[in-house]
Amino acid sequence: MSALAAFAAGLLFGVGLILSGMSDPGKVKGFLDVAGAWDPSLAMVMAGAIAVAFFAFAFARRRAKAFLGGAMELPGRRGIDRRLLGGSLVFGIGWGLAGFCPGPALVSFGSGEEKAAVFVAAMLAGMALYRVRA
Amino acid sequence: MSIDWTNFTPWSSLAGGVLIGVAAAMLVLLNGRIAGVSGIVGGLLRPKAGETGWRIAFVAGLLVAPAAVLLVGSLPAPRIDSGLGTLAAAGLLVGLGTSYGSGCTSGHGVCGLSRLSPRSLAATLAFMAAGMATVYLARHAL
Repeated sequence: MSALAAFAAGLLFGVGLILSGMSDPGKVKGFLDVAGAWDPSLAMVMAGAIAVAFFAFAFARRRAKAFLGGAMELPGRRGIDRRLLGGSLVFGIGWGLAGFCPGPALVSFGSGEEKAAVFVAAMLAGMALYRVRA
Repeated sequence: MSIDWTNFTPWSSLAGGVLIGVAAAMLVLLNGRIAGVSGIVGGLLRPKAGETGWRIAFVAGLLVAPAAVLLVGSLPAPRIDSGLGTLAAAGLLVGLGTSYGSGCTSGHGVCGLSRLSPRSLAATLAFMAAGMATVYLARHAL
């Protein structure tokens, strides 16, 4: 049951990425290109997503268990450190270079894009490298 | 700065964003988990008992989303202008960066900001700034 719910959430998430334009690296770069012809669309994506998710998390915070019975696991880490900022800066450079972040890259890979497959393979290698070192 | 009105798609982007928000709401309310794609995928690389099924299911949902869209309409053609070398380098940076930074656009940018997390706000500002600086260098400076 929990796997089915997760599948439905992933599917909806992916459809949202496609509909919003996030799965198109050209559009992502248009959003990041504030000095050129700026396409603000992706700000609307965040606004729409946060407008809904804000209420879900406010509600979730007051519950000890999820509706399917599992524990409510919300991040508890506090503090802004070098790892967080350094990692996010490195992520942002990669994001700007290709116009892909993890979700859209997987969706694009799912549509059979060979270039997305190259990105996803390298991304998995980066994640694995971190886990070997850490 | 000038606004690119021809490519600006406020309504479809807002609607897609709402779907993403509903998906994140489902995952936290039903499964008690954060819809952060890098974290979900990363957790599969060092599998823990009872922690793999829902992760695989979520990723499978992402992968079949294009097929689901094709059932009711057509897929927009993505513009991937980077060469394979750039894509590989970018993928490596994204994999490493999201691991060290504990999240990406979905985990920090959507879920973290929705939780009003200062950590996620800092991370989001950092990757947005780095992304903008990278596109600036690639398009206007180099």
